[in-house]
Amino acid sequence: MTADRVVLGIESSCDETGVGLVRLAADGTVELLADAVASSVDEHARFGGVVPEIASRAHLAAMAPTMRRALDESGLELSDVDAIAVTAGPGLAGALMVGVAAAKAYAAALDVPLFGVNHLGGHVAVDTLEHGPLPERCLALLVSGGHTQLLLVEGIGEQITEIGSTIDDAAGEAYDKVARILDLPYPGGPPIDKQAKLGDPKAIAFPRGLTGPRDAKYDFSFSGLKTAVARWVETEQREGREIPVADVCASFQEAVADVLTAKAVRAARDLDVDTLVISGGVAANSRLSELAAQRCAEAGITLRVPRPRLCTDNGAMIAALGAHVLAAGAKPSPLDMPANPGLPVGTIVVQ
Amino acid sequence: MLVIALDTSTPAVTAGLVALDDGPPRALAERVTVNPRAHGELLMPQLLDVMTEAGRELAEADAIVVGAGPGPFTGLRVGMVTAAALGQACGRPVHPVCSLDAIAAQATAEGPLLVATDARRKEVYWAAYDAARTRIDGPHVQRPAEVPTDGFAAAAGEMAEALGIAAVEPRYPTPVGLVTAARAALQGEPAPLVPLYLRRPDAAEPGKRKSVLTRGAK
Ligand SMILES: [Zn+2]
Repeated sequence: MTADRVVLGIESSCDETGVGLVRLAADGTVELLADAVASSVDEHARFGGVVPEIASRAHLAAMAPTMRRALDESGLELSDVDAIAVTAGPGLAGALMVGVAAAKAYAAALDVPLFGVNHLGGHVAVDTLEHGPLPERCLALLVSGGHTQLLLVEGIGEQITEIGSTIDDAAGEAYDKVARILDLPYPGGPPIDKQAKLGDPKAIAFPRGLTGPRDAKYDFSFSGLKTAVARWVETEQREGREIPVADVCASFQEAVADVLTAKAVRAARDLDVDTLVISGGVAANSRLSELAAQRCAEAGITLRVPRPRLCTDNGAMIAALGAHVLAAGAKPSPLDMPANPGLPVGTIVVQ
Repeated sequence: MLVIALDTSTPAVTAGLVALDDGPPRALAERVTVNPRAHGELLMPQLLDVMTEAGRELAEADAIVVGAGPGPFTGLRVGMVTAAALGQACGRPVHPVCSLDAIAAQATAEGPLLVATDARRKEVYWAAYDAARTRIDGPHVQRPAEVPTDGFAAAAGEMAEALGIAAVEPRYPTPVGLVTAARAALQGEPAPLVPLYLRRPDAAEPGKRKSVLTRGAK
């Protein structure tokens, strides 16, 4: 019988420096203790996207202060930590390196095991902090500025298989690009969502990427959609017409939500799983969650969406995945572990 | 006192444990590996090797000294964040020191000295020192031909040859060099742990959007 264990998670794969703390109980349940995040998003805004060097600099500056905040929030000290998990990839190389190096130093100083874990798995694992243990098999749809993936999860700490992904832009990237076309601020998700609520989703028939009969069933493409929006807006401008921003946003958002949910529900049916987890920064999008809820209900699928704060990148999701791999008896990662920007999703823990 | 010394501002991955008493600093154990692509992989294992060889625990160190650059950014941050995390976990002060000062402190030459390291893009990071090894200019980042060498007979650091004056050792920061350069600072409150980047991040604000219609018409 093992006692409760405290797991610390460190995240630095993109523009958020996250430190989270969770408690792994003897029965395998995982409880959130602290979730401190420092974001450099404002520093990237004028560049219209994440600038890797700016993100890396921000991670270095934020690492120790964010750790302090997480500890204060939990009322714990570093000496209470029993294991450390860190995002080993995928992500921006220089950004990952900061978190991985820090995690090695904390682990060595505290003499606790280190787990280099997969960021994508973290997005799924985080849901157990809010909705409890996942079923033995479930499907996860990850949508953010950096990823758009369909994953089959067979034991969160054990086996994750990618069954589909974007072949070009991530969904969140398409939001950022469309926001730029419409002169809306970066990041594009929130302003487009807000405008879309005022518009008609059927006003413009934007294309649904990769939905032809011969297309890959579970892959996504958003590059064509983005270009279609740009073309439509430009044509209207040339004709001297005013751009109906709300209708463009609503129709664009409808196209994104339609494809994401249709493919996710289809995959769940095909693979015979009855639970869908939607996570990642775009999971907070109002139309996506609405349409997903409707289609999952029709298909008899249980939908789980973590609260927005847990959906975006954070350290708690890495701590959660660390707790699950610890519970599953995974071997710790070596201290010469590299950061791996292209870490395959099937690698849950770096060995 | 026992001081952990780390530097990843050059192709060398430097880790050591240094004893600092009344006399000159002494390295109890050190590892210096030249591998510009593996700072993140090598630093922590090397430091643990050092501690094992010295027969000490990390928590026995009284302070940490880390090279704050200048140096290529990704590698430089490995040493800085490692030092920051160790200091936080062990409750010990972390003192940043200009990495070029650490090279100067160990230079095998008399008189005024230049130190130059590789800044890539055909430039060098450089600084100038007087005979007592006090920094009198720099650190800067420039092309080697732009470094003023008048009045200097010798240069240290991995890019010393590029300055066209006599090149002397060392080429990279050593643990004893780092602690020597930090000796005065070790008596006081640590300075903020801020890297000497010297260059702005490469980033351009987006220009006017390109027309998709004209692109499509091609
Ligand atoms: Zn993410």
